[in-house]
Amino acid sequence: MALIDTIEGENVAGHRPWPRVVVSERTWHLAAGQLSAGQWQLLGLWGDAGAVHMAVLDGSAGEIAVLTFLCKGGTFPSIGAVHPPAIRPERAIRDLYGLDPIGAPDRRPWLDLGFWSVEHPLGARRDAAPARAPYDFLPVEGESLHQIPVGPVHAGIIEPGHFRFTANGEAVVRLEQRLGYVHKGIESLMAGAPIDKAARLAGRTSGDSTVAYAVAFARAVEAALQIEAPARALYLRALMAELERLANHFGDIGAICNDASFSLMHAQCGILRERTLRAADACFGHRLMMDCVVPGGVAHDLSANGVARVSTLLDEIRRVFPKLIELYDNTASLQDRTATTGVLRPEFARQFAAGGYVGRASGRAFDARKTPGYAPYDQLEFDVPVLDAGDVNARVWIRIREVEQSLALIEQILRRLPDGPTHMTLATAGAGEGLGLAEGFRGDVLVWLRIEDGRVARCHLRDPSWFQWPLLEAAIEGNIVADFPLCNKSFNCSYSGHDL
Amino acid sequence: MRRILFENLARRPLTEAPPPKDDAALAELAASVDRAARRRLGRSLSIREVDAGSCNGCELEIHALNNAFYDLERFGLRFVASPRHADVLLVTGPVTRNMREALERTYNATPDPKWVVAVGDCARDGGIFAGSYAVAGGVSQVVPVDLHIGGCPPSPLQLLKGLLALLEQKPDR
Repeated sequence: MALIDTIEGENVAGHRPWPRVVVSERTWHLAAGQLSAGQWQLLGLWGDAGAVHMAVLDGSAGEIAVLTFLCKGGTFPSIGAVHPPAIRPERAIRDLYGLDPIGAPDRRPWLDLGFWSVEHPLGARRDAAPARAPYDFLPVEGESLHQIPVGPVHAGIIEPGHFRFTANGEAVVRLEQRLGYVHKGIESLMAGAPIDKAARLAGRTSGDSTVAYAVAFARAVEAALQIEAPARALYLRALMAELERLANHFGDIGAICNDASFSLMHAQCGILRERTLRAADACFGHRLMMDCVVPGGVAHDLSANGVARVSTLLDEIRRVFPKLIELYDNTASLQDRTATTGVLRPEFARQFAAGGYVGRASGRAFDARKTPGYAPYDQLEFDVPVLDAGDVNARVWIRIREVEQSLALIEQILRRLPDGPTHMTLATAGAGEGLGLAEGFRGDVLVWLRIEDGRVARCHLRDPSWFQWPLLEAAIEGNIVADFPLCNKSFNCSYSGHDL
Repeated sequence: MRRILFENLARRPLTEAPPPKDDAALAELAASVDRAARRRLGRSLSIREVDAGSCNGCELEIHALNNAFYDLERFGLRFVASPRHADVLLVTGPVTRNMREALERTYNATPDPKWVVAVGDCARDGGIFAGSYAVAGGVSQVVPVDLHIGGCPPSPLQLLKGLLALLEQKPDR
């Protein structure tokens, strides 16, 4: 039986490609039970005017549905009360919309750190002088414990966030994250924005995943407006997405090794990353390929010498990368740092529906390119590597294997690249609702939006980090403080993508 | 590991300058950054990067300054871990309201003489994020800025040019 058939409620017309159903309180509770029992997985939970929406995945059937609960009286039954992955999204909903999750286990603010001059900026917006209450970190009790506060400004060239470590000697007893520092109010800027401006905002939600966000956003728009981008554009999007994956994986593999003081790998991977960015620049006119994917297609066709540039890049990677893998695998001092460090147990990855290398290194095989799948990946052959160890080493190996898969994918894309147009014009007064998923290097990016009169009325962007950040807290437990940078880099969660 | 090290020893460096024939601009830049940095600071300029709200695109390109192609350290420019050690704050992003205080405190923790370089289009005036309830505005809304380096994100080459401009144009402090 299809997932949608099991959800009782009123089907909303014009929501594509998967159904959206307005449900009763009873069905909302049943859904929470399905999530808690592991029958369904949480893909996203976000607010709207007087309502909350929840995207769920039936993993065994590969089906997706959106449930909507109308918040009469400004409240909704907390999903987080029985399904912990929903706790942070609900705290964010409360900050942004003022909608109150009844029964929520954690009632502290999440994105609102007390510096805004408005309260509930997306809901019943109310001007309010910033009220800065001290933040209550979770209590830790025991003998000989000390706390280490880190951030928001960190020592490296990285994004801001606060980490509160409680340690017993060298061993971390508890890590508690406090995020929200780079909250820019992207979803409020999108409300009422023309589609092209909203697309640029989507592409700047997390700069390292600009292609993935642009693809997810474009797919959501195209679903809402019932159009399909031309075949050549779909292939070029996939080319960009795989180049982005390569560049980020090279950067990550090098940076993880660097955090174990093995700078040779960092230098060598940095060269491959730079070569990839230069090829992207030569092909599409931007090193990170920002604004190159647009709703309706792609902004530019591949440059005249693009195929040759990419082929040269692939040759270089195939020549150099195997030697680096061998180096990683044969360096005992490096393995000593990465193997058995920062273990994420598979049951947590499953429970949180963790995407990307975080999930796949801990036994969760989900990849949006396969399930639900989207063009052109349904016409291409590739494997999704999965490991069970869940340690830093496994997260490195997933990246290594994904680099190999991306190389094979790019070869297929170049071979099969169709001719034809690369863009189609959008209707100026379209309307509808759409959900788009795209597999970024970090995991699945979800974009949901409602278009009215050719403008974005409401858009929600869910970074994979939402369901990875909490797992870092679990993975670091019992490890030494000095291994935190290594664990953190192996997760490489996005602050900006999470904070929005 | 030995094999890779030997191969690299035998190979010409990837470093773009000095002086690559195919990229004259970078070669020129490389030499002049070097001269100016020596004159002002005795071949030493310590940079503290502060992300005040960026999408992390700028961070990626600032990172690239350290790779084998741009190799920032050969000019005596280097990134440091603490504002206490810094001569320059390299600030990215529109300054979010949530980061405003942290940026001010970082600035106040940096000893004089100090310069602030705002990196990226949104660091100038908030860019595409301007007008949000959560954004304070460009970097100059919060701390005095000596130089803006535009771009979304600026390429490593643009960043290098910007640092040169700072060294060439700012009076001694």
